[in-house]
Amino acid sequence: MLPFIIFCPIIAAILIMAGVPARKTALVASILTLVMTLLAFTLFEGGQRGFQDVTSLTISADWGLNFAVGLDGLSLVMILLATIVTAAAVWFAGKIDKYENAFYACLLLISGGAIGAFASLDLFFFYAFHELALIPTFLLIGIWGSGNRSAAAWKITIYLALGSFILLIGLILLYQSVPVASRSFDIRALQAAAATGQIGAEAQRHVYLLLLIGFGILVSLFPFHTWAPEAYASAPAPAAMLHAGVLKKFGLYGLLRLAVPLLPEGARYWTGLLVVLLLGNIIYIGLVTIAQKRLDWMLGYSSVMHMGYIFLGIASANILGTSGAAILMFAHGLSIALLFAIAGEVRKRTDTLLFDDLGGLGKVMPFAGLAFGLGAFAAIGLPGFVNFAGEVMIFFGAFQNGWEIERFHIFQVATGLGLWGVVISAVYMLRAYRKVFMGTLGARCNNLVDLDRSLRLPVTLLVAALLWFGFFPQSFVRIVAPAFQTYFSDNRPP
Amino acid sequence: MIPARNLEIAVLVLGMLVLLFEAFVERIDKRTLAFAAIGALTAVLIGTWFLEPGPALESATGFWSFYTADPLSIFFKRFALLTTIVVLVMMIDYAPVLRSSAGATTQSGLGEFFALPIFTCAGLMYIVSAIDFVMIFVSIELVTISFYVLVSFTRRNPTTLEAGVKYLVLSALSTAFLVYGITWIFGVTGETNLQRITTAFANPEIELGGALFGAVLVLVGLGFKIAAVPFQIWVPDVYQGAPTPVTAYLSVGSKAAGFVVLVRVLRPFMMLPQMERLLVLIALLTVIYGNLAALPQSNLKRLLAYSSIAHAGYLLIGVACLAGSAVTFYLVAYLLMTLLSFAVLIVVAQRTGEQISDFDGLAKRSPFLAFAMLIAMVSLAGVPFTAGFFGKFFIFYAAIAQRQTVLVVAGVVTVACGFYYYLKVVRAMYWQVPTSEEKIPVNALSRATMSALIVATIWLGIYPWPILEALKR
Repeated sequence: MLPFIIFCPIIAAILIMAGVPARKTALVASILTLVMTLLAFTLFEGGQRGFQDVTSLTISADWGLNFAVGLDGLSLVMILLATIVTAAAVWFAGKIDKYENAFYACLLLISGGAIGAFASLDLFFFYAFHELALIPTFLLIGIWGSGNRSAAAWKITIYLALGSFILLIGLILLYQSVPVASRSFDIRALQAAAATGQIGAEAQRHVYLLLLIGFGILVSLFPFHTWAPEAYASAPAPAAMLHAGVLKKFGLYGLLRLAVPLLPEGARYWTGLLVVLLLGNIIYIGLVTIAQKRLDWMLGYSSVMHMGYIFLGIASANILGTSGAAILMFAHGLSIALLFAIAGEVRKRTDTLLFDDLGGLGKVMPFAGLAFGLGAFAAIGLPGFVNFAGEVMIFFGAFQNGWEIERFHIFQVATGLGLWGVVISAVYMLRAYRKVFMGTLGARCNNLVDLDRSLRLPVTLLVAALLWFGFFPQSFVRIVAPAFQTYFSDNRPP
Repeated sequence: MIPARNLEIAVLVLGMLVLLFEAFVERIDKRTLAFAAIGALTAVLIGTWFLEPGPALESATGFWSFYTADPLSIFFKRFALLTTIVVLVMMIDYAPVLRSSAGATTQSGLGEFFALPIFTCAGLMYIVSAIDFVMIFVSIELVTISFYVLVSFTRRNPTTLEAGVKYLVLSALSTAFLVYGITWIFGVTGETNLQRITTAFANPEIELGGALFGAVLVLVGLGFKIAAVPFQIWVPDVYQGAPTPVTAYLSVGSKAAGFVVLVRVLRPFMMLPQMERLLVLIALLTVIYGNLAALPQSNLKRLLAYSSIAHAGYLLIGVACLAGSAVTFYLVAYLLMTLLSFAVLIVVAQRTGEQISDFDGLAKRSPFLAFAMLIAMVSLAGVPFTAGFFGKFFIFYAAIAQRQTVLVVAGVVTVACGFYYYLKVVRAMYWQVPTSEEKIPVNALSRATMSALIVATIWLGIYPWPILEALKR
């Protein structure tokens, strides 16, 4: 079943490039993938450690390289996110003026690459699948983007290429830091090696730093974030939804999948650095977000800012914090996709996203206003949305971690400042809502039509997922937490 | 079972036959000769799988002390044959340009144009088997002299003429360095055979300084062939001026042969720490220069010239880290993607031009050519699921295993540069608006060749192990 979920979008992309009707094929493929993922989600046995539904195919015995895919709680949640957002993004894409086939093929390639990376149990394919999205992103922004698309496309592509090659160096070093006899690209084999202490402390520090910088560039960790707002502002809405919602989570997923279990010593060594950088994300980028004058730039910066919370969860190195990080990744992916989708629709109708030109849209586009409001509330982290569950777990986890190390620790400071981040995000989100949807009707905003019925469906899908898992976060925690129990035995499960 | 040496003899005989037909049979379309040559070379290529093994290096006497048929050489004989076949296909595409060049009659010179690559091919096949300095020198000369003619083939074009003269003068100079280096090594060790030079080094009374000096001079000579900094000055002008199929041949065949010789010649000297440091330095300069100089280029042929310098840099990283199989794999990947990009360039340039801006909107005009170029560029940049990625992967793997931090850092930074200038071509093809809507025709043979190269590039990007296995045996 899992190989089907991975290859369905990729094969659909190839078919579309070969000339099959683009929109229909893309919709069928993405919905089929979503249904299969939901099926996998119900069949998944929560509470169990280790990987389920494993498919393995030996590619080179000498190098210990296999094509291996499997599911644990963490990857399942990420794949669920990817498939929901893909279905919504494809639905939102609608009719494309030029090169329609290429557009849908690029979207599906990004989606397939992300799903493949989340499902891979092998370092090599983990890396390679993610790279599958690089060139489609370049083309999506370059061909169909708006605004300063050329500069944005170059910036994101070169940044991400550099980040992924730094990551590649880190992964090779990780592979080589295991004694020759047990060298393997298989993540399970590496975990076994790490459990018996075969990865030396010195090597862990080097590898962790490389992974932190490599993944950090991919996730827009402060100060490697400058590509993100510009790229998301210029990208067509479906591309921004997929990239900000799903693909960017690859870096965080990578840290949870590799750095947390394999390099505990490295993580401990670089905690101080990571905490400082993530505060840069939360506080500095948060303030920058408030200063934005355009809706798309504001959303781009807000997505950078929220990465800080997830990094805090990863840095807290206990079950509570890391599970919270996984849940917030899911939640943030849905909410930012929703916000970008609505922003894209507003841009289609008014041709501008400057706050000064907009206003009063709530009167003419009530459904869009409602959807944007719900997305904004979710992004702030109001109770009832799954974002809240994630943020609460992260803050408790981080505070607990600091408390256990010593009574007054940098983590306590970080948690306190992070809580102020919630206030910051409330400021910019509500301000944006007021400027776009409240007040007097802007000059360009007459005669606008609301989202038509067909577009309300993907919006409902995203909102329903946010609320459903927000009311029942336990259904997530139950399957995510066991993924981390192996590595943090000293903590009680939440 | 065929003795290995018969392969080269067959290729040489083929070349002479093509020349004889060219001279005495007048009423044929000269392109028939190229088709016949492609068929015959394919037969020789198949023959390489039915070779009888040569004697081991240690016990070799007579002819076999000059010539080896070890797995490395067999592998690169196939490589040379394959390159020549693809280059001949490109030359058929290029024939109209040759005919239309000023002062030419319809068929003049076409036969020689197809015959010379065959002699070059024989030279390349001798080079990769050569284990004696005398043999190395003679076979390098065979290759270089046929290139002198090929590079300046459209001699009425001033840029081609400039390219020809530059190549002639600098190549002669580098040959002089090579010979001088060989005499120094011979003077110190009393041997020209690489195997016996290695044994001679075991003698403690030997004067290593002299041998090292000789090795450095040899490195200068070979550095010219592989386009390593600081011996790269000729590359951009010659690549831009030469007929495009010849440029492709120069950048793949000549470079691969240079690297095989380099790996063989350096083997006895690599235990000297000075030699390793020198190689690291040259590799570092070459990757940085090649990539930085490629950034502002607007002419695609010139861009590919600088990219070929950059790739020589990555290959030198592999040489400096003693990663023979990584270098070999990289060369194979380089062969596929470079020939693919030149094949597209030849077809497109005849309709529009060689500037990158001449590729504007190619995706609209000819989706197949644009896709082929996309795969070539993406592979040259090193994106996963293409052969180019595995090439870089193995090189970086070796460099990290040797803890060559400086080389790794330079490699990563320059790879990011590479993304910029290769994607510039992609941008032109897909983003820009075409200047005309006219379709660009591709003949069936070229289309088949390009498709085969695309499939091979992607196949090796997913499953590279057959190449590594072929080397092991």
